[in-house]
Amino acid sequence: MITESILGTDFLIKNAKEIQVVIDNNAPEIEKLDQEIGDGDHIFNIQRGIKLVIELEPIIKHLSMSKALNQIAMKILSGIGGSSGALFGTLFMTMAKVSNIDDGIDYKKAINMFVDGVEAVKQRGKADVGEKTMMDVLIPVANCLKEGVEKDIDLKDLMRKTIETAEKGMLSTKNLLATKGRASFLGERSKGHIDPGARSSQLMIKTVCMSILNT
Amino acid sequence: MKKFLNSTDDFLKESLQGFGAAHKDIISCHYNPNIITRSKATKKGKVVIISGGGSGHEPMHGGFVGYGMLDAACPGFVFSSPSPDQMIAASEKVEGGAGILFIVKNYSGDIMNFQMASEMITGASETVLINDDVAVEDSSYTTGRRGVAATVIVEKIVGSLAETGGSLKECKILGDKVNRNSGSMGVAFSSCTVPAAGKPTFKLGPDEMEFGVGIHGEPGRRRDKVQPAQEITNELLGAIIEDLKLENNGEILLFVNGMGGTPLTELYLLYDNAKKTLDNKNIKIARSLVGNYCTSLEMQGASLTITKLDQELKKHWDSPVHTAAMRWGL
Repeated sequence: MITESILGTDFLIKNAKEIQVVIDNNAPEIEKLDQEIGDGDHIFNIQRGIKLVIELEPIIKHLSMSKALNQIAMKILSGIGGSSGALFGTLFMTMAKVSNIDDGIDYKKAINMFVDGVEAVKQRGKADVGEKTMMDVLIPVANCLKEGVEKDIDLKDLMRKTIETAEKGMLSTKNLLATKGRASFLGERSKGHIDPGARSSQLMIKTVCMSILNT
Repeated sequence: MKKFLNSTDDFLKESLQGFGAAHKDIISCHYNPNIITRSKATKKGKVVIISGGGSGHEPMHGGFVGYGMLDAACPGFVFSSPSPDQMIAASEKVEGGAGILFIVKNYSGDIMNFQMASEMITGASETVLINDDVAVEDSSYTTGRRGVAATVIVEKIVGSLAETGGSLKECKILGDKVNRNSGSMGVAFSSCTVPAAGKPTFKLGPDEMEFGVGIHGEPGRRRDKVQPAQEITNELLGAIIEDLKLENNGEILLFVNGMGGTPLTELYLLYDNAKKTLDNKNIKIARSLVGNYCTSLEMQGASLTITKLDQELKKHWDSPVHTAAMRWGL
């Protein structure tokens, strides 16, 4: 099941557009979360990044997958800047490096790309589960997907499971003490708020899973 | 928000254009990506010193590009790290063939972006990480001590060594040494406003101060009622002296740094108060710097930095420098 469909650059653009709608709809909530424990610019960074990726459509639709992902990575790096730019840039740059992606991508390969990407983000940010960052969503999601591939779970069941895992990870950040990023300077004051990066990642993952469920 | 600006999107661009035009004898500004380089080409065989960070701390870092200090600076958006393409463009522009030393303040974004840049450039590079802010505990449970005003001291001293033929390794060792021997702590009387955000980063009551504030308005050790200057000075110096384990009869550099919204009159008053405290402890101020060098937009406040000196550090501090923000010995 998992190895059937072939994904191209149109999949990237379609999902970026759907993510843009979801993020815009949830922007006030994310901004408020960030003002409570961060410096308030996360939502602007994410919105700017998504806009830049969508603007790449005419260029990347004719490119191979590895080149398209590299273009996206460089655009995000320079266009967002700061920690978000480096982390999301690393995610896409690493996905581009997975071997043979230009020979066609099925869901199994796509999952492997994402899993590799998350591992690279983890290394780049030196953050793990439990530090009140987006890694509290990304790492459990990567593990869930990896397990799904190993056990050859039905794709739609796996997407539903992934949505649940992302939501659980996002909610878990509420009572955590921030030990990475700007929120860490707040110490105990960081408790009681959901991490804005965890919320935005969870929304993006949910959007992609939903779009696969609806195809 | 009251600021001199036309549109928040053009804030940085117009400021850089003005900086480039006003100091075209010393520096050149380049755009897409934004970098500031010396107007004269780097001489062959010289180690290149590149720094960078979010904008909003002017004159840091662009104001320190020039003879005897930096070869290039990479300004990010306000309070946001520059991206690797800026560091790569800067290193290509000023390459001297003897390697690149990056001077990076200890913030997650800066570290990640400079790290990606050093992975992507060809050729030798080293990084000096600045973490002089004694207000924040350095432990594995936080991002660690922040890099603040001592960055100015490191850039001056290492810049001098590079100018006089120091190797990449020697520059790295000296940079680490200056950082290790420096401690800073600041206090804020008011917040600052990031243009894109449009409202103050944090709220302080009219009679309150944030003790141990960071250069982006991050929280410090505690919030308190404003105290007399001498008491504030004593507490700031106390924390720094304890951290550096300063001993009697030691020689230091005392740096009184304004955050952007405090007049020089008050900074010199702080210097006077600090001198009294240090005199009492038999700590000798051998070198001084007073002014707005590592700012936080329009924040009212100041930081004190102490660097322990020896002959080597004094020599490189005194050597000629010609930048937009610092000039002596020429």
